[in-house]
Amino acid sequence: MATETDAGHRMTEPGSMRIGLFIPCYVDLLFPEVGIATLELLERLGLEVGYPLGQTCCGQPMSNSGDEVNAAAAEHLFVQNFKDFDCIVGPAGSCVKQIRHHFDTIEQTEAVQHVRQHTYELVEFLHDIVKVQDFPWAEFPHSVGLHNSCSSIRGLGLAKPSEIMGTPFNKTADLLAQVKGLVMVPLDRPDDCCGFGGTFCVTDPAVSAQMGIEKVRDHLRHGAEYIASPDMSCLMHQQGIARRAGLDIKFIHVAQILNGGPFR
Amino acid sequence: MSRQQPTDVVARAEAFIRQDHIHEPMHDGFLWATMQRRDAEAAAVPEWEELRELASQIKEHALTHLDEYLTQFEANATQRGAQVHWARDAAEHNEIVYAILQDHGVTELIKSKSMLQEECVMTPFLERRGITVTESDLGERIQQLDGQPPSHIVFPAIHKTRQDVAQLFARTIGTAPNNDDPHVLTEAMRNNARPRFLAAGAGMTGGNFAIAETGTFVVCTNEGNADIGASVPPLHIASIGIEKIIPRVEDLGVFLRLLARSGEGAPLTQYSSHFTGPRKGGELHIVLVDNGRSRRLGMADFWTSLKCIRCGACMNTCPVYRRGGGLAYGATYSGPIGVILDPTFDEYKYSELPFHSTLCGSCSAVCPVKIDISDQIFKWRRVMANKGYLPLAKRLSFAIAGHVFAHPEEYHALQKAAAPAIDHAPHFLLYNQTLNPWGREREIPQLAKQTFREWYLAHRRSHGNQNTES
Repeated sequence: MATETDAGHRMTEPGSMRIGLFIPCYVDLLFPEVGIATLELLERLGLEVGYPLGQTCCGQPMSNSGDEVNAAAAEHLFVQNFKDFDCIVGPAGSCVKQIRHHFDTIEQTEAVQHVRQHTYELVEFLHDIVKVQDFPWAEFPHSVGLHNSCSSIRGLGLAKPSEIMGTPFNKTADLLAQVKGLVMVPLDRPDDCCGFGGTFCVTDPAVSAQMGIEKVRDHLRHGAEYIASPDMSCLMHQQGIARRAGLDIKFIHVAQILNGGPFR
Repeated sequence: MSRQQPTDVVARAEAFIRQDHIHEPMHDGFLWATMQRRDAEAAAVPEWEELRELASQIKEHALTHLDEYLTQFEANATQRGAQVHWARDAAEHNEIVYAILQDHGVTELIKSKSMLQEECVMTPFLERRGITVTESDLGERIQQLDGQPPSHIVFPAIHKTRQDVAQLFARTIGTAPNNDDPHVLTEAMRNNARPRFLAAGAGMTGGNFAIAETGTFVVCTNEGNADIGASVPPLHIASIGIEKIIPRVEDLGVFLRLLARSGEGAPLTQYSSHFTGPRKGGELHIVLVDNGRSRRLGMADFWTSLKCIRCGACMNTCPVYRRGGGLAYGATYSGPIGVILDPTFDEYKYSELPFHSTLCGSCSAVCPVKIDISDQIFKWRRVMANKGYLPLAKRLSFAIAGHVFAHPEEYHALQKAAAPAIDHAPHFLLYNQTLNPWGREREIPQLAKQTFREWYLAHRRSHGNQNTES
């Protein structure tokens, strides 16, 4: 039996799939608990997960700056690492967007096309492919503000962007709604960019910091104890901003909440 | 092609933010509120997304049949008594306008807002030749008195507070410096402008839409200033970019429904004035301007930027524009649309603009004619990188990173070496502004004691991972 995803790709039954775990470089180095949560969560769901040890980076820092020449080798290595998996899952919207949309300047071999079409961000994978209905093991008795990253919203379609008219949807919120004790707080500007933007945060530091502090304050104003996101890169930036400003708020990846830890 | 230094958009945006604690929050707050109104207006039109799609298709059709529709427009406008001129570039446009003014002995000109005339740098050209040019749009007049270009295509002086305007008017038209009541300021400007309308020998406008079927052009304003300028003096000159063509009268409704809702969060502009031929006893000249547009039409990745109807919605929604302001771009067009238009005029000078964006994608989602603005910004980065315009630091670090990321063994060795180095680096080094722009604004994340990969090798290796060790 095959399921049709939102992206229109044909998938085999989740149970019979071999999944390649994609842990972005900065998650590996700075937030291993997010990688652990992602792996444990996929294993809990009975999925067969492999982690290619030769993975490094998807090439996004270079590619996002227009430097396709220096991105190409990382992109080829990524394809080499993951081409034999039925699908590839990573807990990072912007990296998945990079693979799906921006692996377009290297030669489009069968392997490249397979990898581009079968790489999923964790939330969309759980929501659209595995169609997880509940997370009975998870409990998170806290007020949470949700930060769906721009790449996740406008690049991957995890939620309806506020600019587009139509019926609202929010896949991340759907999943978090299944977690016991979790209270989602509303925000004034739920999908206004936080100013991370990859290399933007260091090349345009004043604008980036202004966007970041306002984003964090929006969550604080509405009583969030945690800012949760499917994209740790945005949180890394917001966390640095909040710590510098002495703001009392915690940051957590959606995978940690859905898996019930680890919380570091 | 000019070889001036690239516009330092980053420094200019930072200066806008740092000047005080008033301007940036005001600017961001006003534009955000405009977006909220836009969202509400759009939501009230059930077929909003269909309208956007229709508008996009009409524009694509018109742009891919531009030669036919332009000829049709010229024939119909001429038949109705207008005189149509063709300008290949800004210089030709300015010469044509000047020649018309000279023919009529005009020394005083009143004009409404026109981004095209800004693009042609027309006002300084005419002033050097002894013609007094007065902007009649309030925001544009404020900018003219302050010697600044417009910072927004719909709200030219939106980066200024009321107090800024009060100070400026006190200096230039003699109001009380501490009276920042908007009614008083507006009234003072009205009284200052009225005699100029009456004295002007010619009025100039732009044109939002040019309808091929009838030779009509439409000017949308909120102050009615274009109408006075076009009606009081005996001579009306309109500058219109060739991409403003739409085929039929019935197409106009699609765009009017989108324009003000998108840009201002209002159902319509106060005035949507149609000009078909000269009024009785008057003379009407239409200057159709290319100025790089046909070249842009041939650019596979960027030609759809010609669909733009100059509504300003992409600026209002852009989080970077809202924080850094429009003057930061140092170009005729600012905000997301400016980022993709300006480099078509000068790639080197505007080579930094495509990086003044987080690629959040909001501009593409809000655009009423569905220009893929964010994707075009991304593609302009590729152009700039291929031309060698990336800053040296970025080029070097990417060359190194590109190599390391391609070689897992080097990457993992470097990880091991770097971790203790960062742990033990002194604070002044980590937070040095030049060496580490991350630390200038933020605390640095703590490195984990164990990477995920190390954890995996310790906890899951026994599961028999089939992939080769590296």
